[in-house]
Amino acid sequence: MGKHVMGVLVKNHAGVLSRVTGLFSRRVFNIDSLAVGTTQDPEISRITIVVNGDSYTVDQVAKQLDKLIDVIEVEHLYKEESVTRELMLIKVKATSQNRSEIIQLVEVFRSNIVDVSATSLTIEVSGGSSKLEALIEMLKPFGIIEVVRTGVIAISRGE
Amino acid sequence: MKLTGAQILIECLKEQGVDTVFGYPGGSVLNIYDALYERGQDITHVLTSHEQGASHAADGYARASGKTGVCIATSGPGATNLVTGIATAYMDSVPMVAITGQVPTSLLGRDAFQEVDITGITIPITKHNCIVKNVDELAESIRLAFKIASEGRPGPVLVDVCKDVTAAVTEYTPISIKETKTKEFIKKLPEVNESILAQAIKAINNSKRPLILSGGGSIIADIKDELLTLSEKALIPVANTLMGLGSFNGMHEYFTGLIGMHGSRVSNKANSECDLFIAIGARFSDRVISNLKRFAPNAEIMHIDIDPAEIGKNIKVHYPLNGDIKAILRRIIEAVEVNEDKKAWINQIKEWKEKFKKKYVDDGTLKPQYIIESLHKLTNGDAIIATEVGQNQIWAAQYYKYSRPRQIISSGGLGTMGYGMGAAIGAKMACPDKTVINVAGDGCFKMNCNELATAVKYKLPVIIALMNNGVLGMVRQWQTMFYDKRYSQTTIEGETDYVKLAEAFGAVGINVTKPEQVEDAIKEALKSKDRPVVINFVIDKDERVLPIVPPGAGIDELIHE
Ligand SMILES: Cc1ncc(C[n+]2csc(CCOP(=O)(O)OP(=O)(O)O)c2C)c(N)n1
Ligand SMILES: [Mg+2]
Repeated sequence: MGKHVMGVLVKNHAGVLSRVTGLFSRRVFNIDSLAVGTTQDPEISRITIVVNGDSYTVDQVAKQLDKLIDVIEVEHLYKEESVTRELMLIKVKATSQNRSEIIQLVEVFRSNIVDVSATSLTIEVSGGSSKLEALIEMLKPFGIIEVVRTGVIAISRGE
Repeated sequence: MKLTGAQILIECLKEQGVDTVFGYPGGSVLNIYDALYERGQDITHVLTSHEQGASHAADGYARASGKTGVCIATSGPGATNLVTGIATAYMDSVPMVAITGQVPTSLLGRDAFQEVDITGITIPITKHNCIVKNVDELAESIRLAFKIASEGRPGPVLVDVCKDVTAAVTEYTPISIKETKTKEFIKKLPEVNESILAQAIKAINNSKRPLILSGGGSIIADIKDELLTLSEKALIPVANTLMGLGSFNGMHEYFTGLIGMHGSRVSNKANSECDLFIAIGARFSDRVISNLKRFAPNAEIMHIDIDPAEIGKNIKVHYPLNGDIKAILRRIIEAVEVNEDKKAWINQIKEWKEKFKKKYVDDGTLKPQYIIESLHKLTNGDAIIATEVGQNQIWAAQYYKYSRPRQIISSGGLGTMGYGMGAAIGAKMACPDKTVINVAGDGCFKMNCNELATAVKYKLPVIIALMNNGVLGMVRQWQTMFYDKRYSQTTIEGETDYVKLAEAFGAVGINVTKPEQVEDAIKEALKSKDRPVVINFVIDKDERVLPIVPPGAGIDELIHE
């Protein structure tokens, strides 16, 4: 078992996403995260899926996805050969006493504060999943109000 | 030229060479039916009793002819009534185009009258589907549908057409069938891996006890000649899945019969003892494998299939050969050699065939096996046999000897009760010169006997060989064998008079209760030239389908008496 990142290029048709996600539930594949966006070609979208499973599952996922008419290409993005990133917005409780402590953390994580209120701070951070997890852990003691994550996106290294 | 969407749709069907469609009208397809009335002279539209019947008929037409079957239904309930037929076609890789009407685009998403999200519903049971909301996209959608349905591994495609699209007018430019056929493939066909092919050939040549399993893919790819050559040249016995029957002559001395849950003792034993198991166009369904650990335990597995996703899906494969199976078999045939071991093996198979000859107790009562054998004899083994599902289906598979592809038409993957009646109608439309028999169970027949009316209306002399045991026999058999004879809800006998029922529909009905009446009844039915005939064969409710592999058991642990 393990996490595998798959890049799926699809035609930008209505219903493509439900075809893809439907396939995962129907064939009992586990999705950890899923992110969609257009590519340089407005008629083509890219879905990045993090699959949880063994090599059999990954093989089947790729082959079954590839059979969908709207799927143009399926790519397995291996860790060593790709760059993966995820964006997270995290809202945390803050008081006048601990505010500066939180700000220090934010700096260590090379993240930004994007919203401030009397009782909270909202932080924007991007990076690999482990970095995001680590920040969540560090902020837990202050009281996390809300976490919003985009899911992983990935691109292969080199040309 | 400027045409309406409905007119374009009909023209596109003509482009594809469609001569027969099965359907049922309604509000959202009124324009389509109007265009059919106006310019459908070259197309025979078969009006069924129920849209499910239309979908099975389109499927039966496709399986019998190899062409793409077409069905049409209105939006909402018309479309949902197609669902079982589409799923049936999907599971058995049948090329089909289903055209459904949809509410006008302006009403989409508002729960309009007879609005249902049929593209959403059929995503998991179609190879592809789409909704057409713009008349300029209609022709291309229909052409694509036919292409997708028929190329590579075939399957059903649904095109949902909004009503306003059928009324809208646009420029239509005809395309000849040739053009649509020669364009590049939607999905690239896989090229076989040369180094694996070389290893596979070596494995075949080195093997001492090879066994071929030929499945439905062999019918689709039309490899009857290649399979026969390979088997005879290299001395390899051939077993079939239910879907593969007819891909290899059932009377050939190397034929070992069905494999799997209701496989022959020869096939299943050969599976246990073979050292190389060669699956061709088969997908290792659970009905074949049973207990994975005991499946071909002494063999390496070779899998030849056009669909890469089938290879390695249900079983570990040593020689994955992904590509066009006809081309791959031709390459293999060029390079195979015979060896002495294989001669011993084929003799062993012949010995087993003699030793394990199929037999049933002949106690003077009316036996289903005898009925099927009589059908075979009196049709000279040349009929097209549609089946329903259950015991009737397996008897039809075991006791009729199929000698050519597309001769048995049966719902293998989905196991759809009520399939056979519509399928027989479709098959008869496709092959009017062939005798078409629907081997039916009483439970199945009750599900879709409404289509008798269709067969009568279109003067189709299909024969319904009703195996009337008064029970949902296959389920009851499981209750007998594995549920301590607790017959929960499997007795259906009642007051139905099948002869009167047939007559009420305008068909002919014949009762048969004794073996000595069987031949006369079949001969009588075969005489009918313009009317369906129901032969009500009254058989015992405790007749069993044998052999059977009990649940959880290995393929070699079958119960055969
Ligand atoms: C639509 C549908 N419902 C239920 C089943 C489950 N099922 C499989 S075989 C069978 C019994 C069929 O009875 P009958 O048509 O009388 O055939 P027999 O087995 O008696 O020959 C049933 C209920 C099914 N395959 N399809
Ligand atoms: Mg029955």
